[in-house]
Amino acid sequence: MTAPIETTGAAAEAQPEAVLQGAGKGQIEGRSLGQIAWSRFKKDRVAVAGAVIVVLLILVAVLARPIQALFGLDPNAFHQDLIDANTSLPNGGWGGMSLSHPLGVDPKFGRDIATRILEGSWVSLVVAFGSTILSNVIGAIMGVVAGYYGGRVDSVISRLMDTFLAFPLLLFAIAISATLQGGAFGLNGLPLHLSVLIFVIGFFNWPYLGRIVRGQTLALREREFVDASRGLGAKGPYILFRELMPNLVGPIIVYSTLLIPTNILFEASLSFLGVGIQPPQASWGGMLREAVTYYQVDPEYMIVPGLAIFVTVLAFNLLGDGLRDALDPRSR
Amino acid sequence: MEGIPPIMRRSALAAIAAIGSATLLVSGCSKADDNKDGNDGGGSSAAANAATKGVVNASDKKGGTVTYELSDVPDSFDPGNTYYAYMYNFSRLYARPLMTFEPGPGSKGNTLVPDLAASKGVPSDGGKTWTYKLRSGLKYQDGTAITSKDVKYAVERSNFARDVLSLGPNYFQQFLVGGDKYKGPYKDKSAKGLSSIETPDDTTIVFHLKQAFQEFDYLVSAPQTAPVPQAKDNGVDYVKNIVSSGSYQFQSYQDGKQAVLVRNKNWDPKTDPLRKQLPDKIVVNLKVNAETIDKDVQAGDAIDLGGTGVQAATQAQVLTDASKKANTDNTYGGRLVYMAINTKLKPFDNVACRKAVEYAIDKVSVQTAEGGPIRGDVATTVLPPDIPGYSKSDVYATTGNKGDVAKAKAQLKACGKTSINTNITARSDRPQEIDAATAIINSLKAVGINATLKQYPSGKYFTDYAGVPKFDNKQNVGLMMMQWGADWPSGYGFLQQILNGQAISQSGNTNLSQYDNKTVNTLLAKAIGTQDDAERNSIYTQIDKQTMDDAALVPLTYFKVLLARPTTFTNLVSTAAFSGQYDYLNIGVASK
Repeated sequence: MTAPIETTGAAAEAQPEAVLQGAGKGQIEGRSLGQIAWSRFKKDRVAVAGAVIVVLLILVAVLARPIQALFGLDPNAFHQDLIDANTSLPNGGWGGMSLSHPLGVDPKFGRDIATRILEGSWVSLVVAFGSTILSNVIGAIMGVVAGYYGGRVDSVISRLMDTFLAFPLLLFAIAISATLQGGAFGLNGLPLHLSVLIFVIGFFNWPYLGRIVRGQTLALREREFVDASRGLGAKGPYILFRELMPNLVGPIIVYSTLLIPTNILFEASLSFLGVGIQPPQASWGGMLREAVTYYQVDPEYMIVPGLAIFVTVLAFNLLGDGLRDALDPRSR
Repeated sequence: MEGIPPIMRRSALAAIAAIGSATLLVSGCSKADDNKDGNDGGGSSAAANAATKGVVNASDKKGGTVTYELSDVPDSFDPGNTYYAYMYNFSRLYARPLMTFEPGPGSKGNTLVPDLAASKGVPSDGGKTWTYKLRSGLKYQDGTAITSKDVKYAVERSNFARDVLSLGPNYFQQFLVGGDKYKGPYKDKSAKGLSSIETPDDTTIVFHLKQAFQEFDYLVSAPQTAPVPQAKDNGVDYVKNIVSSGSYQFQSYQDGKQAVLVRNKNWDPKTDPLRKQLPDKIVVNLKVNAETIDKDVQAGDAIDLGGTGVQAATQAQVLTDASKKANTDNTYGGRLVYMAINTKLKPFDNVACRKAVEYAIDKVSVQTAEGGPIRGDVATTVLPPDIPGYSKSDVYATTGNKGDVAKAKAQLKACGKTSINTNITARSDRPQEIDAATAIINSLKAVGINATLKQYPSGKYFTDYAGVPKFDNKQNVGLMMMQWGADWPSGYGFLQQILNGQAISQSGNTNLSQYDNKTVNTLLAKAIGTQDDAERNSIYTQIDKQTMDDAALVPLTYFKVLLARPTTFTNLVSTAAFSGQYDYLNIGVASK
């Protein structure tokens, strides 16, 4: 009933500010916040490069299994005929690179490294996206509720955030991953490890976004459009999710893009420590773990998964920084 | 032995496994194996594996300092409070047990000889009573006489006062009459002590056992029987003022840093046919960096006390350089790497399903994953070749040990299955074990057995996970990675804890297969009551055969260690009695 008026109100509320920012560069008229952000983002070449890599990575990760099926690749297929039993290493340096194994094969088992990197990409991204979505959903809801209602609700949620932030997350992650080894919730093997990782990483990271959203909400709730909405008889949930949320999308997107690389690193660390993805399933952290023994003899095993993690994290960070600059120029 | 898992071999293994993880860098094959230029005695170079075939640098030259280095600290230098194989070996320099092992290469080192005792134990009452006579003229470092009462006291303090000295095994407590009642000399102050150990005179000691035990001589070879004077014993602090009965005595002891031993003037060579007392001084440096130890060993400055083999980088260097490889010994460690199959869990309660697993596993693939032939030979029996009772056999022979998918599938069909979903456990802090499991999972997949890897920390592997039958049965754990070494080199010492159906305990279980076969149980009991060595060993072979027929476990590899052999020391011989370590009794310094 009042929705059309309210949304226009919200847009009108945000627009003058954005126009003001762009005003110095000449006449800009009738552009939405999104359009302005996009125009700013386009000019940031580094951010665009990051975005391109991120898109490519997501494509690769989504297509990892189909590609394997198409070319008959198996990340767990042994090629021990390529391994010298006395050294455990493939014949020839750099993992015994060859046409059939462009990045070589791993020690002891002779599994194709390129295929394992491919396989590891979707594991990394599934965990990173899953945990980021989980923590952001919780964080956004908790933050907006705390910020809007204030008072006792705010106190309770804020203390809860403090509690979660004070949690020794890494230790807890190690402990819970180790205890859930045996299987839980009817899951076993890879699905179990993926869900445990998503839960552990996602469930304890929400206060970071929660705090940001709460702060933004505190500022927004005093604005006229909220007052107007309230005056027209809108109730709490409506204001929260139809009035405030759209204005919070910017910070949430920015924070998500910056949280994803952190979560990729977290997943890799846990797998490196042996409590994340379990062998024989390929994961970048796991590959690093296996490389530790061999870095002196053949750095290939450390460089390849290390590079994969590095590029992915860098790309997401560049994209995140660019998005932040574009969506929220004041934070510069 | 029920329920009390021996930790000596397991603890020593932790170290080995840690090294194993980083020890797979062996490079190239050298021709040093065929090197025939080994010379005996006094020389500085010998062929590879020379110390596993004979004594290298055999010599009676006196003087000099022998330095030992250890990357960690031992559980204790106190002979009554240790369970490490290398301390069993080393402590004999200052603590003489009733019996010990004669220095000798490989399985010849398993020969028991009397040490403090004048001769082997005399059994009576069908092997339930054992009598030992001490040699005459035995003295401590302070010149006071050693009596059989001191031996009795040493056994009492080490086995019955678990609240004070808890680190050693407690076999005597389990086997002696009334062992469960006696509270140990620190609590029970009565002069009589444990009544089932009698000392009718100062040179005689009599042990009364609950059951016939024909390998009792092995039990008294533990340092726990080395005499301790009651007046000088101050419990856990005795380690600071150990009174020597051997050829060397402590000059200084700094906890966790260093121990220095010098000649014991009151040790009389006439009472001791084994020890030669060659060096003037023996220094043990503790907590030395593992890489430093390797360098010092190769430079001829030290001996690695732990005897667990060289580090990864060293191994690669050593094996690619023929002259360096000539100074190494690659030998069995008296240990089997195997995978237990849970015989109480469906569908593995069906022997055909277990046989499918036996046929499916490509053992060469497992061996390669573990680090190749240097780390172990492909195994086909329960008993390793350096344990008495071993007899070559291969019930599930496949071409080149590479597994046989067709035979495995046939067995699976006989079991009424086309595919099986199960879990396989391995110890998370033992990369070698995880690698072996990875290779096994790959082999099993080819025949339709899908195994999911579960990793648990080794400290809780037996108390909370694989060693808890209820856990295994509930969590669908059908396959369990395992390594085992005996507390004393005999079929009984090896098999009893892992195959005896009556030894299955609810926690800390080491019979991971939960294998409970009447024939095997009966044979084990019969073996230990059998006096004749050859007959006893043939029973061990029968047990081995029966276990393999029942497919209770899959032998993977006979564990091997690679030792660097310093050229500057004399009388180096790698003995099976101490997990392939050099025998520390008579190592001296060669002229440089």
